[in-house]
Amino acid sequence: MSEDIKKMIIDYVKKEYLEEDSGVDVNENTKLISSGIVDSFSMVSLKMFLEKKFLVKIPDDKATPEAFDSVNNIMNLLKEFTKI
Amino acid sequence: MSHIGSYEERYKSFNWKQSEEELEYGKNGMYNIGYYCSDRVCEKGNGKKLGLIWEGFTGEVKKYTYDDIRVYSNTIAKYLQDKGVNVGDRVCLFMDKVPELYIGFIGVLKMGGITQPLFSAFGEEALFTRLDDAKTKAIMIQKKHLPKVRRIKDKLPDLTKIIVIDADEAATPQINEIHFWMEKAPKLDKFDIVRVGPEVPSVIHYTSGTTGKPKGAQHAHSSIIAQYITSKWVLDLQSDDIYWCTADPGWVTGTSYGIIGPWALGVTQVVLDAGFGAEKWYAFMQKYKVSMWYSAPTAIRLLMKEGIEAVKKYDLSSLRHLASVGEPLNAEAVVWSEKAFGKMFHDSYWQTETGAIMITNYPGMKIKPGSMGKPFPGITATVLNTKTYEPITTAGMVGLIALKPGWPSMMRSYWNNKTTYDSKFKNGWYICGDRASIDSEGYFWFVGRDDDVINTAGHLVGPFEIESALLEHKAVAESAAVGKPDPVNMEVVKAFIALKPGFEPSGDMELDIMNFIRKKLSPLAMPQEIEFVPSLPKTRSGKIMRRLLRAKEWGEEIGDTSTLEND
Repeated sequence: MSEDIKKMIIDYVKKEYLEEDSGVDVNENTKLISSGIVDSFSMVSLKMFLEKKFLVKIPDDKATPEAFDSVNNIMNLLKEFTKI
Repeated sequence: MSHIGSYEERYKSFNWKQSEEELEYGKNGMYNIGYYCSDRVCEKGNGKKLGLIWEGFTGEVKKYTYDDIRVYSNTIAKYLQDKGVNVGDRVCLFMDKVPELYIGFIGVLKMGGITQPLFSAFGEEALFTRLDDAKTKAIMIQKKHLPKVRRIKDKLPDLTKIIVIDADEAATPQINEIHFWMEKAPKLDKFDIVRVGPEVPSVIHYTSGTTGKPKGAQHAHSSIIAQYITSKWVLDLQSDDIYWCTADPGWVTGTSYGIIGPWALGVTQVVLDAGFGAEKWYAFMQKYKVSMWYSAPTAIRLLMKEGIEAVKKYDLSSLRHLASVGEPLNAEAVVWSEKAFGKMFHDSYWQTETGAIMITNYPGMKIKPGSMGKPFPGITATVLNTKTYEPITTAGMVGLIALKPGWPSMMRSYWNNKTTYDSKFKNGWYICGDRASIDSEGYFWFVGRDDDVINTAGHLVGPFEIESALLEHKAVAESAAVGKPDPVNMEVVKAFIALKPGFEPSGDMELDIMNFIRKKLSPLAMPQEIEFVPSLPKTRSGKIMRRLLRAKEWGEEIGDTSTLEND
């Protein structure tokens, strides 16, 4: 289950934030924010995707660059609000 | 002791000649910025000094002495010449904050090209608009951004040199693409720097307005006279400083104070090519013992969110002077910075068109938290009555910020758009487009923009460009983009959208439209909020009343609605 969710998030990041032939690989540990793949403005759309997909409301004070910096970090964040 | 010493004395006795003499500007007929930022530093005996320490997000570090910068920029200049790039051709730099961006900027100038740095997060439409307007001949680009150019290059007949700086060796270039690796190319020790005149164009930076397409503010080589002396007196750069300007050279701060000013002074600067992270930033400053830090209010407010505890984990005792630019620095941030770092951030005010700092707080001068400070020596600044364009003499009364034209770094025109350039002047003053008041001690206090342009995280975003792009979405019938207050970014984009028949508002629709704009224009232009409405308020002549929507977001008086349709 958790692996499926990770894959879903990875696929979304690849589709929305990377060029098709950018050659950049993304896995659960890839740095998303500190690498610049997702900038602080685009974090808003990633947060909205997660909220819609998992029917949660992530408070703004929890939506920090660190919390979004990898798919694993995002999983930890989601665990606070869902039963994934 | 700060370089400026007494502000009042400097203001009274200032003449730009002072800066020219220190720089020896024009000696032997040399006016080219590229020379002053590399060869001259070496001639002064600083060739072995580090000019750039670069760190990537993975922790990779690269170091370049001023002699390296001189030689690599020669190499790039010659390469461009050999590929048929001529004096006056526009060369776009479309890269993240990699060394080739900084050194490439100098290389383009040395061969007489006009640099056109663009923010690498721009989407293909934003990129197309700017390359099309400038009739850009060459672009230096990283392979990760290449797909954007490949999708638009057929519509850009002038763009004939697409120079990929980090291609895989086995990759096959497509039509008009060439592969170049700065550090593998034969190093060129001697290059005949093109003898441009002081008024010859050097840089074009695109900026947004309320209406029409983005405008290219065109600067001249002599801008260095202002960038040099403001770096010295405002940023107070000293020869042993380790300087960090967090701005991206895709924007004017990143070139004026991320390349030209510090390198003309022969200072060591550090660059972190990574996304934002409070502790990452503190660790970076601790590692390199950063002593002068020039950043932006949005970044400072993000740091504030992480708390002072995060700061205290690091030894930041090397910090000597802090300054800020982009949007007004709120008083709380100034006070917080003193608690966190033991130093106050010194706010500075200027814009793409001015090329250098115009109004600011100086080292040693009393800071009034929340104030923009006072005009730089050599700059005559005032606020004007909005109707008569006469200077306001009453302290505290709000008017338009205006500057007396004639300083060296002032834009010389908007590229291909002299009409809009001319419209920026009233009654002998250059009108900045912002409102402020001046207190009885001569300090300026920012109030807000005088138009619909959205200032988000210190970057100006034009509502027209967003609305035009929104109309390209299959579901959007009409739209209006306005700035909405935001505690971190000052403003963020909010879009009001009426959908076409057959489309329904939904969360998925909102996300789809947000991502559509982010990819087409840029993350800055992406609406952070979308409000679906049945229709938009219009004048009887059919013009969307953006001002009304903006006033609602800011909780302001709506004002005159006598021309409103159906009111």
